[in-house]
Amino acid sequence: MRIGVIAIQGDVSEHVESVERALAERGETAEVVTIKHKGIVPTCDGLVFPGGESTTLGRLILREGIAEEIKEAKDKGIPILGTCAGLILLATRGDSQVEKTHQYLLGLMDIKVNRNSFGRQFQSFEVDLDVSVLDSPYNAVFIRAPAILEAGEDVNVLASIDDKIVAAEQDNVLALAFHPELTEDMRIHQYFLDKLFN
Amino acid sequence: MELEKLRHGTELIKRGFAKMQKGGVIMDVTTAEEARIAEEAGAVAVMALHAVPSDIRKAGGVARMADPQVTADIIEAVTIPVMAKARIGHFVEAEILQSLGADMIDESEVLTPADEHFHIDKTEFTVPFVCGARNLGEALRRINEGAAMIRTKGEAGTGDVREAVRHMKQIMGEIRTLKGMTKEELIMYAREIEAPIELVMETAEMERLPVVNFAAGGVATPADAALMMRLGSDGVFVGSGIFKAENPPLMAKAIVEAVNNYDNPEVLAEISKGIGAGMKGISVDSIPEDQVLQTRGW
Repeated sequence: MRIGVIAIQGDVSEHVESVERALAERGETAEVVTIKHKGIVPTCDGLVFPGGESTTLGRLILREGIAEEIKEAKDKGIPILGTCAGLILLATRGDSQVEKTHQYLLGLMDIKVNRNSFGRQFQSFEVDLDVSVLDSPYNAVFIRAPAILEAGEDVNVLASIDDKIVAAEQDNVLALAFHPELTEDMRIHQYFLDKLFN
Repeated sequence: MELEKLRHGTELIKRGFAKMQKGGVIMDVTTAEEARIAEEAGAVAVMALHAVPSDIRKAGGVARMADPQVTADIIEAVTIPVMAKARIGHFVEAEILQSLGADMIDESEVLTPADEHFHIDKTEFTVPFVCGARNLGEALRRINEGAAMIRTKGEAGTGDVREAVRHMKQIMGEIRTLKGMTKEELIMYAREIEAPIELVMETAEMERLPVVNFAAGGVATPADAALMMRLGSDGVFVGSGIFKAENPPLMAKAIVEAVNNYDNPEVLAEISKGIGAGMKGISVDSIPEDQVLQTRGW
């Protein structure tokens, strides 16, 4: 089993460490690799798209030729986890900010995203969040976070803050507006790994 | 969701923001137009200031926070995070920048210090801070004051990368020396470098600084940026290097790509071709002692 973390920009090492910790917790061994260039995505059984700056990430996955490979992986049914910037890039459509910057989107999930949905950095927050697939609240860390404004019929909503969707899944794709890799609670990562191991 | 349940400005959020910048290039900009060029090139954030360091150097006099209108215009112009510089110890400039909506404040030695004894108490702010450092002691003192990110100081505005190299090697070397030290030795070492013992122990355990560390000061070419990544920095700040280059949009794009391909000389060669001349620059050893910026900040 091989799990790849897109390592173009953002909090990559935190994701690598979290996946490794989650694997250790469940007593599974798998190789965790970082992906900076094309050719590695097709060898992976699971993909993680970390947080970072979505405009930067979007430009570089195109330039490096990784974008097409991720789309192919999605079609093959490879589980994909996107957090924060990762969520934005998974979306099919975006708000006016996305249009203004001509931002590249992978279009793997039938959602409309709103960037910086909760405001600027001084408005970033932690909160105890109810996530439908977890048995108790999860300390979710939102950093200049996006939110999902509209989700298609096939999208399963897992968590919301007021009318903003902050966690959702569709087929093999799991998208989060917050950062499970910044905390020690591995339940979200375990939920993702369930898709690989079950 | 009740608003009072949201916890703002925690250490986790401040340091987390800095982590999202990793592997990226943060570019100095002085106008909204420059900010758009930086965003288009793939910068992860921009740093708003009234003049790039090389111009601050030429102009002389007292360098202060940029006109808030300029910072506001830059915030309006781009969707990537906007950082802004305040003078060392000038907590009112920092408060103003926070109220404008700056995403991070750089308590910077490039501006003329406002206080020669005390840095800003950064724990009092909701926004995170980045501070300069030349060695492990300076870095940990800044983190102890609440900095969520460190940048090696280099010698800003010169286009001469050697001081950035010196400071990065100094910090990485000091972290390596912690490995294998006993607790008593760490306590003694903390005393020598005038840093809190808890942070020295945390650094020893993590085998890296407890916060993100970017290179800065004198980075002027894609090769310079790649060099700093090879030396272990988490990302790169570029000041005068972009908008004092012959072709800023090309140079900006090339430096972003160089940071992503820092370990591949063949790709770096391609990236570095035909991008026009870098900033002219001045050699660090031609600068009179009273005009050296890196010694500000203790």
